[in-house]
Amino acid sequence: MIGYVASRLIRAVITLLITVTLVFLFIRFSGDPAAALAPPDAPQEVIEQYRRAMGLDKPLWAQYTAYLGAMARGEFGYSVHTGLPSAQLFLNRLPATLMLGGTALAIALLAGIPMGAIAALNRGRPIDRAVMGFSVFAFAMPNFLFGLVVILTGALVFQTYVGASEDTLLDVLPPALTLGLASMGAFARFSRSSLLETLNAPFMVAAEARGIPRGRRMWRHAGPNAAIPLVTLVGLSLGGLIAGSVVTEQVFAWPGVGQLLVRSVATRDIATVQFIVLAIAVTMICANLIVDLLYLVIDPRIRAR
Amino acid sequence: MKVPFAVKCALVFVALFVAFALFGQWLSPHEFRATSLTARLKPPGTEGYLLGTDARGRDLLVRLAVGAQITLIVAVVGTVIGAVLGSLLGLLAAARRGWVENVIVAAVDVQASLPIIVVALFVLAMFDNSFTLFLLLIGLTGWEVYARLMRGAVLSAKEHGYVTAVRALGASPARIYLRHILPNVASIALVQFTVNLPLTILLETALSFLGLGVQAPLTSLGQVMSEGRDRLLTAWWLTLFPGAIIFVLALSVSLIGDWLRDRLDPTLKSRSS
Repeated sequence: MIGYVASRLIRAVITLLITVTLVFLFIRFSGDPAAALAPPDAPQEVIEQYRRAMGLDKPLWAQYTAYLGAMARGEFGYSVHTGLPSAQLFLNRLPATLMLGGTALAIALLAGIPMGAIAALNRGRPIDRAVMGFSVFAFAMPNFLFGLVVILTGALVFQTYVGASEDTLLDVLPPALTLGLASMGAFARFSRSSLLETLNAPFMVAAEARGIPRGRRMWRHAGPNAAIPLVTLVGLSLGGLIAGSVVTEQVFAWPGVGQLLVRSVATRDIATVQFIVLAIAVTMICANLIVDLLYLVIDPRIRAR
Repeated sequence: MKVPFAVKCALVFVALFVAFALFGQWLSPHEFRATSLTARLKPPGTEGYLLGTDARGRDLLVRLAVGAQITLIVAVVGTVIGAVLGSLLGLLAAARRGWVENVIVAAVDVQASLPIIVVALFVLAMFDNSFTLFLLLIGLTGWEVYARLMRGAVLSAKEHGYVTAVRALGASPARIYLRHILPNVASIALVQFTVNLPLTILLETALSFLGLGVQAPLTSLGQVMSEGRDRLLTAWWLTLFPGAIIFVLALSVSLIGDWLRDRLDPTLKSRSS
């Protein structure tokens, strides 16, 4: 078991190191930052001066170690456009994104899992088909289209501009529903198939044979076992939520990290883009690690190995 | 073979979409970039403009046809790139083992730690957006899933008796993997292809919608939509028509994909339905 934890940790660290290295190499080979910063008609000597000041005249490995050193000290560069540290810009935007993503995940879980469970318990009936139809709908619906439909509905039916502020729960709901829709469909579909698989397992037949009442069989026997694979799905859905928030924040003018990322890409603010990309990578790597370790707690079969 | 009604509808829609992408430009007398100051923001049904015009007086019908064409090309080419790249890497990892496998598995881990839209945005922040670069980025969608699936499938296929048999007959490694193992595991990649295709469509349209995908003068369904976004209330046709096409297309392709998966992969059938 210690071996399992150690191997997961090492893998996470290696993945992070490779990501950082790739980001460094991409930035270095995408163009000459000195030439980009210097005035357009600057003579060659001035550009050389810039290069020396930025350490670009040193060999690649020296630049790389300097880069890693700066990261270790928490220096991630400054936004070209605002002059603020890129980390600062990111942190300013983080609460809005966490609020949006958290609400979306909560909506997806609270609606998706019961939907899947109801579908599994009514397999083949119209309600099962309706849930499965919904999950395909949710998967295929582009969130930028759904977001626009939500805004349009708000404007035409409720006479309000959705997304004008982000203070109350009511303001978060429309963008959170937009962001959570795809995950909701995925959770419904996945919990349905997971529960169906559990219901057909031999131990369920054994429980029935022992005369355990249906309610207890469902809640105590089927439920916990069907929930194990859902842990993975919640971890995996994080990537979808992050990707979705980039678009959703743009549609609703939500002042979060996703909007900052799109704006920074459009204005080529590389320090900010780099920080956001690394922050997302760290988040995802940690989430995957937590999912792997959670399995140890939930599933005794892995602990035994 | 009984085809469910929903899948039949999906097949019809995809066929109509492909026909529209190929020949739709002939439905309109206008050119897709031709602007007209006197015909700005005409609603659908206006004389000569069946689906109306945008803020520059360009005919929406012909723009949708060209947009559908680009969206179709990007989706199909992008999905093929990801499928071929990922499958070959997965095959290579399983065939060579050792450090080759470690490198490929590490690359899969790295890709899995970053959503593809974030990778695309990162690259687009540094390099000039060109259609080729955009196509390559879309092509990266889901390659790691193919690699993971193929590696697993090939590793288990290597243990089968037929592989030992052809090896004993003196077949070269290349022949064993490409002629014998690959055809046996190809259905897995094919199933994944149908899962990935709608994702590629949605990624392309999302990036184009953000203004970071297909660039003018070219157009795509997502780009047409983003141009109409600011006129949601006054010129609803500019967002509603392309949006509806994207949605129904992604829906149809995933319905067909689900159906194909159930038919091609009997082991999944017992689990998912």
